Amino acid sequence: MADLVNLFIKAVFVENLALSFFLGMCTFLAVSKKISTAIGLGAAVVAVQAITVPLNNVIYQFLLKEGALSWAGLPEVDLSFLGLISYIGVIAASVQILEMTLDKFVPALYNALGIFLPLITVNCAILGGSLFMVERDYNFAESVTYGLGSGVGWALAIVLLAGVREKLKYSDVPDGLQGLGITFITAGLMALGFMAFSGVQL
Amino acid sequence: MADSAKDVLLDPLVDNNPIALQILGICSALAVTTSLVTSLIMCLALTTVCACSSASISMIRNHIPSSIRIIVQMTIIASLVIVVDQVLKAYAFEVSKKLSVFVGLIITNCIVMGRAEAFAMKNPPGLSFLDGLGNGLGYSLILIVVGTIRELFGAGSLLGYQILVPATEGGWYEPNGLLLLPPSAFFIIGVFIWILRSVKTEQVEDRDFQIHQAHRGEVA
Repeated sequence: MADLVNLFIKAVFVENLALSFFLGMCTFLAVSKKISTAIGLGAAVVAVQAITVPLNNVIYQFLLKEGALSWAGLPEVDLSFLGLISYIGVIAASVQILEMTLDKFVPALYNALGIFLPLITVNCAILGGSLFMVERDYNFAESVTYGLGSGVGWALAIVLLAGVREKLKYSDVPDGLQGLGITFITAGLMALGFMAFSGVQL
Repeated sequence: MADSAKDVLLDPLVDNNPIALQILGICSALAVTTSLVTSLIMCLALTTVCACSSASISMIRNHIPSSIRIIVQMTIIASLVIVVDQVLKAYAFEVSKKLSVFVGLIITNCIVMGRAEAFAMKNPPGLSFLDGLGNGLGYSLILIVVGTIRELFGAGSLLGYQILVPATEGGWYEPNGLLLLPPSAFFIIGVFIWILRSVKTEQVEDRDFQIHQAHRGEVA
């Protein structure tokens, strides 16, 4: 249990997907102008990440990994090269299903998240989470924790950045830095701050 | 939209750079630039995928029903990325270990998707190939600049060869360790955009909140 808590803390702070691996940067920079939209997108990412990472973990463990097909009588088959295409398929499909489920059962939430859900399919943070899970060979419990933790970390980063940018709107930034430029510098300073967490362990 | 092949190829390099102006494909641009070798391999991989996917999507553009076009594009891109990934694992294993998940992430790189959607769906294969190539090169330009700065000043070497001898080995150069850490990539790209937009002032973004001209430069 302590291992899992440790992994969670690590995924949220130390190995923050947005600030130390630069994943999901496009949306991170583009959709962080207002806190309310940032919270919506953050929540959507947490949900999708918590679903797809464990799902891809199951697919990897029981279908793709070398020797994983031994239950079907094919012990020497290694399908791991099909990984990328299966993960992105799983992500696209689960985003679609999540969208339809929310539309049917929780229309209020659907309206709040609506526009962000399709965007998430092409968010590198989601695919990146699954690929890190495969690379580090997490088991099922670890993958659930990691999915949740990395999603929360990403959401935290985008909400914080949106907070800074809302204030920054009223400051006198040099013309060339206006908009994208100053956002990069801000994100850099935030990444510097998050580096203070490195080495934190329970 | 530029018509001639030369414009299509060269336009994305400076005037319409995918990273600096369109904010596309930033994730990998920041992550793989700690050394020049990884940057170069990443550029090669992305340019190949981008050019080939644009060409192949453009070839079948009239047969794709528009309701499922995203998933078709995604499948083509993912297949190309798998090919690139396997080639890298076979012939450049060390570098592919260092790039870790970022080769796979070319699938979700917005440049590839963006060019497929914005250009390849409307133009013939030849032009689309050049457009993909041009955008790949525009991306490479930034990656190579950032990679050079980070490796040269962060570790004092280029492509693994020691250029500035660090103080720990009897030289004079004190390596700037910050440049090897994630935050520096943000700063370098930020400054790069600043320089680019100071030269090309038409790329400057409008302010959300206009400060009166008389008060600009005043200290609050």
